Amino acid sequence: MLIRDGIPTAEDLASVLPSPERLAKGPIAIAECFQSIACNPCTKACPQHAITMEPDINALPKIDPDKCVGCRLCVAKCPGLAIFVVDMTHGENTALVTLPYEFLPVPEKGQAVAGLSRSGEKLGEFRVFGVASGGKANLTWMVTLEVPKELAMEVRNIRVEV
Amino acid sequence: MIRDVEVLVIGGGPAGLCAAEAAASAGAHVLLCERDGVPGGQLVKQTHKFFGSERQYAGERGIFIGKKLIDAVTRRENVEILTDATVLGMYEDGVVTVLKDDKHLKLRPKKTIIATGAAEKFLTFPNNDLPGIYGAGAVQTLMNVAGVKPAERVVMVGAGNIGLIVSYQLLQAGVRVVSVVEAAPRIGGFLVHAAKLRRAGVPIRTGWTVKEAYGNGKLEGVVLCELDEKWQQVPGTELDVPCDTLCLAVGLTPLSELCWQAGCHMEFIRELSGHVPVTDENLMTSVEGLYAAGDVSGIEEASSAMVEGRLAGYAAAASLGYDAERSRAEADAARAELRELRSGPLGGKIRAGLEKVAEKRRNAVC
Ligand SMILES: Cc1cc2nc3c(=O)[nH]c(=O)nc-3n(C[C@H](O)[C@H](O)[C@H](O)COP(=O)(O)OP(=O)(O)OC[C@H]3O[C@@H](n4cnc5c(N)ncnc54)[C@H](O)[C@@H]3O)c2cc1C
Ligand code: SF4
Ligand code: SF4
Repeated sequence: MLIRDGIPTAEDLASVLPSPERLAKGPIAIAECFQSIACNPCTKACPQHAITMEPDINALPKIDPDKCVGCRLCVAKCPGLAIFVVDMTHGENTALVTLPYEFLPVPEKGQAVAGLSRSGEKLGEFRVFGVASGGKANLTWMVTLEVPKELAMEVRNIRVEV
Repeated sequence: MIRDVEVLVIGGGPAGLCAAEAAASAGAHVLLCERDGVPGGQLVKQTHKFFGSERQYAGERGIFIGKKLIDAVTRRENVEILTDATVLGMYEDGVVTVLKDDKHLKLRPKKTIIATGAAEKFLTFPNNDLPGIYGAGAVQTLMNVAGVKPAERVVMVGAGNIGLIVSYQLLQAGVRVVSVVEAAPRIGGFLVHAAKLRRAGVPIRTGWTVKEAYGNGKLEGVVLCELDEKWQQVPGTELDVPCDTLCLAVGLTPLSELCWQAGCHMEFIRELSGHVPVTDENLMTSVEGLYAAGDVSGIEEASSAMVEGRLAGYAAAASLGYDAERSRAEADAARAELRELRSGPLGGKIRAGLEKVAEKRRNAVC
């Protein structure tokens, strides 16, 4: 349970996962942010105004599946490193997962890295599809990983094994 | 010689810096004393991104927020910052003494804002004096300020925000964090921090504590054990965990000695984590012209510390007659901002604590 061990439950996740129909249309952001805290940079990060919070800063973020275009800008902005972008339309059997990353070394495009679950277990070796910097002041990297479709909702971290 | 000062700010953390900036922007002359070599307080070691809203620089890293606050005050001609300057005493006749470069300075401020922050709490267990057992703050300073890798294998005690954040930063520094142990049955820090630590492979054990530490001359390991609902150790659950460092992140308590010395009405308020000065809506203590802002008046967050500093700064400036109308309006705005920050479920504890403070004040006034 999230409050006991830091691992969100299937129930937690069900409350934020986009519908299969929406996933079939293209990339979309998922905010794995389940606790009411005074925080709102995600709402300011999105150029599409797809992330909203009602009635105030303590509410949970809501991502409008019709407005989000999966641009990934919010991934580096979120101080909780809680936003991921999943693209189920990438390949026949593969999906793309973009996740925030703050460790060295930063992996390179094409490199194979360990993909980790929400409890830090290794789910396999996957290829880095792309890496983008959040900027000099932000310093969070956005790493996009190519994973088998069935693991797109499982892989949430990487380890660069050197 | 006694130096006259208009507004004295004690402590250069987020609360003190924002207090100085606010009072100076209204036109007051400010002297800020910081005991460290650099101002910034806790912010100088917070390499993670902060929460809150835009007004409190949410999404930016603590170190950069600190830099912005310092830049703002150093640009002001009417602010003087003394570093390596520890305020030692507050006397009944209003004189404040400061130790600076082995010299004893005497100040007579018209208004004083105490923003001294907090001190770390410790934990009692057998062998807790072994070298290798640190407060999380010390480890964070070694790592993020001095650039020293402080350990190889760490056990962290406390799953509040400090325990979670310092654990994450230890991982970033290449240190192995074997486990986070938390006596309470639930994680006290933000769950997004817990989740990012967990998915990096660090187990978080709630309902566990340190039974004892062991080692020959220095820490070699700890014995952890489970707690029942009554917080009693459960025999047979002992777990031996080798480690070279044990980090304690078991809470902070207001560093309010100067408030005691000044003769402020003090109360122990559990929700605010210790003895705090009883303050009014302008954060003025029971001593006329003496304000308290930030963690010293109750352990909270940098976001609220900044706003409290701003509130005290404008209130002090207004009471000196500087830009009084705007200063009062700014103080009102700060109060509204604080209400918003504290309005969520996690603000409940602070709200309850502040309500107790208000009640103590009403009783004292009657
Ligand atoms: C690991 C960690 C992570 C945190 N993360 C967050 C976060 O993500 N978001 C958030 O909002 N908050 C966070 N906080 C909390 C935040 O840092 C504090 O609430 C905030 O710094 C309090 O500000 P302050 O100005 O009251 O005190 P401090 O920052 O502690 O500053 C007090 C200053 O006063 C000086 N001082 C003390 N006594 C004297 C004296 N006698 N004379 C002169 N100077 C003196 C000290 O040297 C210090 O510089 C975190 C804290 C820690 C430890
Ligand atoms: S991925 Fe882009 S469009 Fe979607 S919520 Fe994030 S910032 Fe907005
Ligand atoms: S910025 Fe991140 S942590 Fe903050 S509310 Fe949005 S999703 Fe949650």
